[in-house]
Amino acid sequence: MVRHRGIYRADGSILVGGVMSLRSPLSRVLGLGTAKDGTSHWWGQRVSGMALAVLGLWFAWSLATLSGFSHPEAVAFISQPVNALLLLLLSLTMAWHSYLGVQVVIEDYVHSHGLRIASLLLSRYAHVVLAAAAIFAILKIGIGA
Amino acid sequence: MNNHDRPLSPHLSIYRWPITMATSILHRATGIAMAAGFIVLVGWLFDTAVGPDVYAKFLGAMSSTLGCVLLVGWSYAFFYHLSNGIRHLVWDTGRGLEKGQATASAWFVIVASIVLTAAFWWVAS
Repeated sequence: MVRHRGIYRADGSILVGGVMSLRSPLSRVLGLGTAKDGTSHWWGQRVSGMALAVLGLWFAWSLATLSGFSHPEAVAFISQPVNALLLLLLSLTMAWHSYLGVQVVIEDYVHSHGLRIASLLLSRYAHVVLAAAAIFAILKIGIGA
Repeated sequence: MNNHDRPLSPHLSIYRWPITMATSILHRATGIAMAAGFIVLVGWLFDTAVGPDVYAKFLGAMSSTLGCVLLVGWSYAFFYHLSNGIRHLVWDTGRGLEKGQATASAWFVIVASIVLTAAFWWVAS
């Protein structure tokens, strides 16, 4: 539980450093800040990053030890149920992590408001398309093989 | 107003780069590189699903000199981003933030990423 510093008065107002806070008690309790999503972006980046550390190392190891990259060998690898499941998790987690990262880069470097909104939209759509394409491909190979 | 003669505060270009600055910039650069690499990863899966003819074109592009350079680059980007990402996770716990510690971990990450990339291609070959 988060304890907010300050003097809580009977009328619901809060004194911080002797000054009445202009933030409503609800705003302080929710703790979502000005962006209205609190620490969810930060957490999402960490949670997906830790998952990708494991999934990414598995994928790197799989690629390095794959017997070859001919079409039948690729199909054989992807259609293995455990591999298909891990590839699905890898693709979805990577799409999420990549979206969060690219979002920060756009917010940092694209200063024109319209262009920024357009870039963020484009990035979001592109990541959804990539995730959908990966799901479709893995399922098609896994079920069709 | 003419203020050309007024002293300017020192900007990025005047400092000797601390290694921690290089690792920070490289973290973002490798992240962007891998966002592009994700397109190729999905391309590999998708072209495999489409069939042998399209797959052969994909394999041809990746076997070219440019393709090989990109693959080595993406493997390094992965191992660098992974190593430095773990460094960030350690920082998130409040540890390792002293200047000396951050410099030491920066060099550790650089060495680790090179060693891991070399090990990856050694196992692959």
